[in-house]
Amino acid sequence: MIPELGHISLIIAFVLAIGLTVIPFWGSFRTNVAAMNLAPSLAVGILVFTATAFGLLATSFLQDDFSVAVVAANSNSLLPPIFKFSALWGNHEGSLLLWVLILSTWMTAVAFLSRGLPLTMIARVLSVMGLIAVGFLAFSLLTSNPFERLLPNTPLDGSDLNPLLQDPGLIIHPPLLYMGYVGLSVPFAFAIAALIGGRLDASWARWSRPWTNVAWGFLTLGIMLGSWWAYYELGWGGWWFWDPVENASFMPWLMGTALVHSLAVTEKRGVFRSWTVLLAIFAFSLSLLGTFLVRSGVLTSVHAFAADPERGLFILVFLALVVGGSLLLYALRAPAVASRVEYNVISRESLLMVNNLVFTVAATIVLLGTLFPLVMDAFSLGKYSVGPPYFNAVFVPLMALLMPFMSIGPISRWRQDSPRRWLHELLVPAIAMAALAPLLSMMLFDFNLWVALAVLLAGWVTLGVLRDVWRRLAVGGSGGLQWQRLSPSFLGMTFAHIGFAAVVLGAVVVTQHSEEQDLRMTEGQSAELGGYRFEMTHISQEPGANYVADQATFVVSYDDKIIATLVPEKRRYLASGQVMTEAAIDAGILRDLYIALGEPIGERAWAVRLQYKPMVRWLWIGAFLIGFGALLTSLDRRYRVQVVSGQEPSPVKGQGLGFAR
Amino acid sequence: MHPLRKQRLYGVSLIVLLSSAAIGLVAFALRDNINLFYPPSEVAAGNAPADRNIRLGGMVVEGSIERSETSLATQFLVTDYEASVSVRYTGILPDLFAEGQGVVAEGRLNASRELIATQILAKHDENYMPPEVAAALEGKSSAPADSLLP
Repeated sequence: MIPELGHISLIIAFVLAIGLTVIPFWGSFRTNVAAMNLAPSLAVGILVFTATAFGLLATSFLQDDFSVAVVAANSNSLLPPIFKFSALWGNHEGSLLLWVLILSTWMTAVAFLSRGLPLTMIARVLSVMGLIAVGFLAFSLLTSNPFERLLPNTPLDGSDLNPLLQDPGLIIHPPLLYMGYVGLSVPFAFAIAALIGGRLDASWARWSRPWTNVAWGFLTLGIMLGSWWAYYELGWGGWWFWDPVENASFMPWLMGTALVHSLAVTEKRGVFRSWTVLLAIFAFSLSLLGTFLVRSGVLTSVHAFAADPERGLFILVFLALVVGGSLLLYALRAPAVASRVEYNVISRESLLMVNNLVFTVAATIVLLGTLFPLVMDAFSLGKYSVGPPYFNAVFVPLMALLMPFMSIGPISRWRQDSPRRWLHELLVPAIAMAALAPLLSMMLFDFNLWVALAVLLAGWVTLGVLRDVWRRLAVGGSGGLQWQRLSPSFLGMTFAHIGFAAVVLGAVVVTQHSEEQDLRMTEGQSAELGGYRFEMTHISQEPGANYVADQATFVVSYDDKIIATLVPEKRRYLASGQVMTEAAIDAGILRDLYIALGEPIGERAWAVRLQYKPMVRWLWIGAFLIGFGALLTSLDRRYRVQVVSGQEPSPVKGQGLGFAR
Repeated sequence: MHPLRKQRLYGVSLIVLLSSAAIGLVAFALRDNINLFYPPSEVAAGNAPADRNIRLGGMVVEGSIERSETSLATQFLVTDYEASVSVRYTGILPDLFAEGQGVVAEGRLNASRELIATQILAKHDENYMPPEVAAALEGKSSAPADSLLP
């Protein structure tokens, strides 16, 4: 009974979504206030019914109802309850339901937090989002119904969740990532609504900007968690594989990064308008493409759940309609909204343009590398794979190019600036870092040119940003610090830029200074790596909740001082018989020590992988700062005022804010 | 020149410069870093190049895995039920690497046409088969088709 109720809820949500697409949209052209006013209630309705469907499916999982196909395929009575719950989105059908649930959450949030917007705008934005909901609900209902039953051949027990996914990382990684993926539909909807209405000004940018920042922040956090999960769960100690599925989330992130910065220019200066709209379309298109890549089964990946071609085709057609339709609309309407404002070549606008170019080019390059094998295969030109060397070869120089501009960006002025002022502002940090970089990189590790360069660039960016913070605080010269001058949006930018510098530094150090050894070890044997001594003291076998684990105990010492006892495991899961590596990690701010078991070799000996990973944590700390910073910016007063006042902010006021700096 | 045109000129030249640099980089990087996929029968027929990285995919032949007693060196045969190719690898094999299972090995061929693998990829779960391997095995008798294509 429960699954049927869930199915019915999903169908009701689908019908409501059609209503949301049609009625308010029609009303926005007829200035029918009643029709437009329906939009928020319909959005809430969709949320209520998708949430009900979600809750009912969760109930089926928790009650071990193996007559539901998805539950039987992805759960097991031995599975701990928390994993039974997260197993809901550890599969194609359930994750799609999560997608729709999050989409309707965003819709409701837009409906309730955008009260200051003109009614036609809200109606159109929600209609566009409703259309996306129609597409995904239809996809779910027609090709991947999560409530399908296995009757009368109900299995006695489920075939268990893939052990790789039985991990706390999976509980939060997909929802966060989806918050980002789906959140990009908000700026997309705003862009489409603006194109339809022909109204695209500073206040439009101010409406869509906080949404974009929040979505992009969630996307950042989702990607960060994914990378972290891969690091400790896959047993390789890698943090980024340029796997097509990682790329699928990384492309919208890159495009979103360009969008976030371009929106800043549009809000403050009213330029880059049509470009910003295009970026919003691209960013969401890429997140749809990502969904297609992941869900269609065309890829070899941990995320590629066995899928049938029908599903791939559905998303491909949907993708073509959304991208094609919005680009057509753009071609027709963009000239009407283009901006006519001038700025000097030496200005903040130009620097942000460099940012936009670098990130769009980077996204294109990743797209090329990801799609190349698929295109070649589709035209029967051979089966290729594009590996990490390609991505590294193009990506690293691009990011290196970006960083000097990044340090100038925050201190530069709108409209017109002078290189002399830049020099004056940044010469001291530059000299300081140039002197410190070799020293710092030598102090921590042996000297390495790349690390020194990374320290130089990352330090320059950080010092530049911090100098700006100090200048704001100390303004007026009365001695007291003016904390109120640090607005959330400024602080958010500061955090994000420092975070980016940390990611770059961590990435370079861990790439250059990592040490790794695969060896055969027996009890009592020890090995040296990175100055640390690893002694394997004993081997044992322990039962777990739904698995049996072979454990090896290692005592790690440095200069004859014991610093950690690490117990890596090899688990055999009872339901599926699948074997999983559980790495043991001694984490630290300057280095991680990582031990993973391979396979048993002969009597009481194991293949062991030892790794020394310097500064690997900086990657995730940095990414966290970026995401946190992005979320922080949305708390800025100027976004809140518009909601509280309940009035449409006049464009004149928007322009005024643009020159506030 | 009109300032607006000048500004556009700078913008456009920046875009042209950056994108040509990017295209150059991409072309350079693609030349060396794409790996072509070959099924064992193609390798055995001598159609695979020896001077660059390739990917070999198929099933691990039952009883063909030989491990060294003293190091992590392993040798095994990969087949598409038409021909087999010997693969040598030193290091830790993935969890789901096993006899009779699908595998993708990446590396170079040596003089005796063995693949010296630098990376071994196995499936991520019991039901999943790398699409290339599934395609390579399709139609090649012996293995029941439904066990290959989930």
